[in-house]
This record gives sequence, C-alpha cells and structure tokens, in this order.
Amino acid sequence: MILDLGKFLARERPHWEALAEMLDRLESNQPLTLEDARRLHALYERASADLAQLATFAAEPATRRHLESLVARAYAEIHEVRQPAARFNPWFWFTREFPSAFRRHLAAFGVSLAISFLGVVFGTAATLTDPESRHVTMPFGHADLRPSERVRRDESPSTPNPIHSAHASFSGQLMTHNTRVSIGVLSFGMTWGIGTLVLLFYNGVSLGAIGTDYILDGQSRFLFGWILPHGSIELPAIFIAGQAGLVLAHALIGRHSNLPLASRLRAVGPDLVTLICGVAVLLVYAGVIEAFLSQYHEPVIPYGLKIAFGIAELAVLTLFLARAGRPASSPAP
Amino acid sequence: MTHLRIRTPEGVEFSQPLAGPLSRAIAYLIDLAAMVVALSATATLFSILSLISPDVSQALISLGFFLLPILYGVCCEWLWRGQTIGKRLLHLRVVDAEGLRLRPSQIVLRNLLRAVDFLPLFYLVGGAACLLSPRGQRLGDIAARTVVVRIPQVPSPDLEPVLGTRFNSLRSHPHLAARLRQSIHPEEAALALQALARRENFEPDARVQLFASIAEHVRNLVAFPPETDESLTDEQFVRNVVDILYRPRGTDDGARPRAS
Repeated sequence: MILDLGKFLARERPHWEALAEMLDRLESNQPLTLEDARRLHALYERASADLAQLATFAAEPATRRHLESLVARAYAEIHEVRQPAARFNPWFWFTREFPSAFRRHLAAFGVSLAISFLGVVFGTAATLTDPESRHVTMPFGHADLRPSERVRRDESPSTPNPIHSAHASFSGQLMTHNTRVSIGVLSFGMTWGIGTLVLLFYNGVSLGAIGTDYILDGQSRFLFGWILPHGSIELPAIFIAGQAGLVLAHALIGRHSNLPLASRLRAVGPDLVTLICGVAVLLVYAGVIEAFLSQYHEPVIPYGLKIAFGIAELAVLTLFLARAGRPASSPAP
Repeated sequence: MTHLRIRTPEGVEFSQPLAGPLSRAIAYLIDLAAMVVALSATATLFSILSLISPDVSQALISLGFFLLPILYGVCCEWLWRGQTIGKRLLHLRVVDAEGLRLRPSQIVLRNLLRAVDFLPLFYLVGGAACLLSPRGQRLGDIAARTVVVRIPQVPSPDLEPVLGTRFNSLRSHPHLAARLRQSIHPEEAALALQALARRENFEPDARVQLFASIAEHVRNLVAFPPETDESLTDEQFVRNVVDILYRPRGTDDGARPRAS
C-alpha cells in the first residue's frame, strides 16, 4: 500500500514543526511550563506514531530521516530519568561528594595502596641488593647525585637554588606533571587495570629506591623533611587516581556482577570523574606546597617543623576522607 | 554496524548514522587547529605578563598548555550539546549510547581518556578501538557510554519542488492510474521519487538513462494509451507517475492544467 504522502505531510508537518521548536527551546535550557511539558509529550507521541506509520508503509527516505532525527531528540529529553545535574557547587562537591565517592570504593583504594607498597618493597630490595639498579629505579636525576651531596648543596647558604627564584613556574610544572600522571593512571584502567597496576607499582619502586638511598646515606631527617610536606597529599592523591583506574577496570571486567557492561560503566562514571577531579585539587595544593615549602631546608626551616606539618596534613586528609560528607548521626533516643 | 538503533518504550525504532573514523579524524584535525590558535593566543597573552613577573608568566603558560586541550573538548561538548568546532563543521555529535541526554560526567570522562586513546602516537589506540568496536567507539567512548553520530542535514520534506503543479495527462485515465497503484511495489515508487528528488545531481547521460529505465519498467507494468505519453520525455512521464502514486485521492491539482 502506498501512503498518501502529500496529505500525510500536509496534516502532520505543523505538529513536527511545533515539536522541533519546543526541542530547540529545551536544548537551549529554556524552562518549560507544565502545560508545555504535556504538549511536548503529546507531540513526541504523535511523531513516534508517524514514524511507525512511515516504517510500515512505503515512503521516501528523507521524510523518515527527518522524523527519526526529531524522535531521537525528543526521546533523549523525555526518557532521561537520571537526576538532573543540580547547580554545581564546588565546595559541596569537594567536601561531600569527593570523600563519599572515595569511601564507596574503599576496596579499590586498598588494592592501589597495596600494589604501591609492593613497589616500595621491591625498590628497597633492589637498592639494597644491587646499588647499580639506581639508574633504572630512580627518576628525575636522583641516580646521578648521592643524597649526602645533595643535602650539603641544598643546606649551603652560598649555593643559589634556582627554584627559589621560580616558585610559581616550578609549582605549575609539578601540578601539570602529577595531574597528567594521575589521568594516565585512571585511563589505564581501560587495559583491564593492568596499566594502572604497572604505573602504581613503578611509582612505588621509585619511592622505595629513593627513600632507601637517603636512609642508607644517613639523610633520613632531610628525606622526611623534604618529602612529607607535599608527599603526604601528593602520594595519597596518586593512590586515589589508582583507585579510580581500578574501579574502571572492575566495571569493565564485571566480576561478581550480574549487570551488563553498559550498566556497570554507567554506574561508576560519575564517581570516576569525581575521584579524578578531587585528585587534581589535591595535586594543585601539593604542587604549591612542594614549590613554596618542601624545597626550603635547614637552616631556613627546621626539619622537625616540616615533618610535623606533613604529619598534620596527612592526619587532616585521613580525617577528611574518612568523615567528610557523612550524614550527621541522629542522637540516641 | 553503521547505525545507532534505539527502540523506544512506545515500540518505535529510530536510528542515527554512526560517524566513521575518517570523518572523526578530520573533525579532530580541525579541533587541533583551533586549539593551536587558542594556545598561541594564550601564550601571547601570558607572555605580556612576563614584563611584570617572568615566573608567574611561565607558570600560567605551562598551566594553560596543560588545561586548554582538556577544557576545549569538555566546554565545547557541554555548551554545544556534544559538538566541538570540528564536529559542528562535519555535522557530527557525541550522544549517549542509549539515546539519552548527555551527562557532564560522560563528557569529562571521554575527554580525559584521550590520554590512553592517543597512545602511542596520533590516536593509534583510539583509532584501532574505533575500527574494532561495533559502534565505532574509542576507549574514552566505551568508558563514558557515548557514541559519535552523523547528523544528517534533513530539511523538512516537501513534494512541491519534485512534483510541481503541472498538468498530468495520466490522470485522464483513472482506471489505469488505479491499476498502476495496485501493481507497483512500494520500493519502486520510492525509487522513482528519489530519482526525481536528486535529478539535478546526475550527469546528463546518466539522468537520461536512469529515467528511461524507470519509465520502461512502469510502462511494462501498465500500458497507458500512446497519445497520453507520446509527447512526454521519460523524466516527465516518471514525474506524472510519481504524482499519481503519491497524490492519489482528492488532490486533483495535477488534473487541472496550470502554468508551469
């Protein structure tokens, strides 16, 4: 049977145009009244019925494509049942959503921490058993300079430290480098977590190797005074990025879940974004501290003070991640 | 799979054509050019600051170079509902894989995961994933549950330019017109209409040949009296056939002679 396309178009086109106009308004974030919403639903149902009719009867493809395009747009607006994104409040997001997302995936954080710790053990063992391994395990030129030489150089008032005249740019480089690494750690979750685990392990190896090198050279106080002020935030941030990568990997693998892949990924998507953006905030703070505080040593700032500051930061961060955003417990009756 | 197919709860199925790797690559190159321009402008702007503080200027430049490529994709796709400059020019759009509204977290995730899609160079991983994925998704799209579709430029359909209001001699034989409507297959009718709609796009020889084939096929289905179509070209005959097929009842405009 041939559809009387001329009549059909003449009858239905005004309704399609009304639907397109309403969708334009909706897509440009103009609010709809209740009456408008009802009319939108009626127009969508009419366009759907027209599309079904065109699919049943023969028609030229252009009309069908036009209707498909309209129905697709209306479907996206009408069938979206997820909570609409509320006005973004950065403070609420950082103090409530970020720590809550962190706690929802605590097991993944534990794995991230454990793999990093294994790396630390490996790096320590490598430095103890094979001193030459420093050229492989220590990044950023640490392999070329004995810790005691560096301490002598940095503590000498006569040696100018180029970083002291370029705090802001050094800080910017640290932020961008660490955030790039964190995004990489998250992204490698798409390799079923293998890439994430490798990056976390290697990060641990470097940490273990450098730490052991300083301790063996008798520079423990310098090491903790240098690392703790920024490391007590930076290192947990990297572990949280690892947590996000492992959450992504878990959703991909789908172990212990009956949900299809699409539903698993849809469920973790917002948490992944929250975690990695929280990591970025922590790394911005760590970058500022590393450039403006960590690089100053005795006699400018006593190591004891820097170590105490770092421990205090770690305690606050732990408390923040453990408690912030929890609903206030109701008093016992 | 070349289309994203969605079946609505109302039982209606619609589809959107998926963007191919080549069109996505071209869109990305356009975006890259836009980013280079934006980065140059940022660098120039922040360089002026070096007159006051070279340190702060250098810091802002390094932050700008890191953030701009990420923010470009996120902001454009959020503000323009799944489109960047390149995607707008090539009529592409990022949409939710289930046809729902795109969420901010989906946009951020697919843009952050470019880090792994870009590896080892020039989106080799992302390109391979695109080719292997049934929906043409790179890894960022898979994680964010998004697909990139082509938006066909579909004008509101209009038969007038195709059929016009010229005199239709075939309407003088309503019984033959009715027989034709009964015997022709719907797809053949749609083919004739499409041939008319695209007639200006054909090479002259191909145009003559195409309409001769269609006219011959229709004449084999129903034999109109020779005097009805002897003065018509094959294309005019096909136009009259389409007119009686698609405007069969109560639309006698074609039966009345009008100035064309």
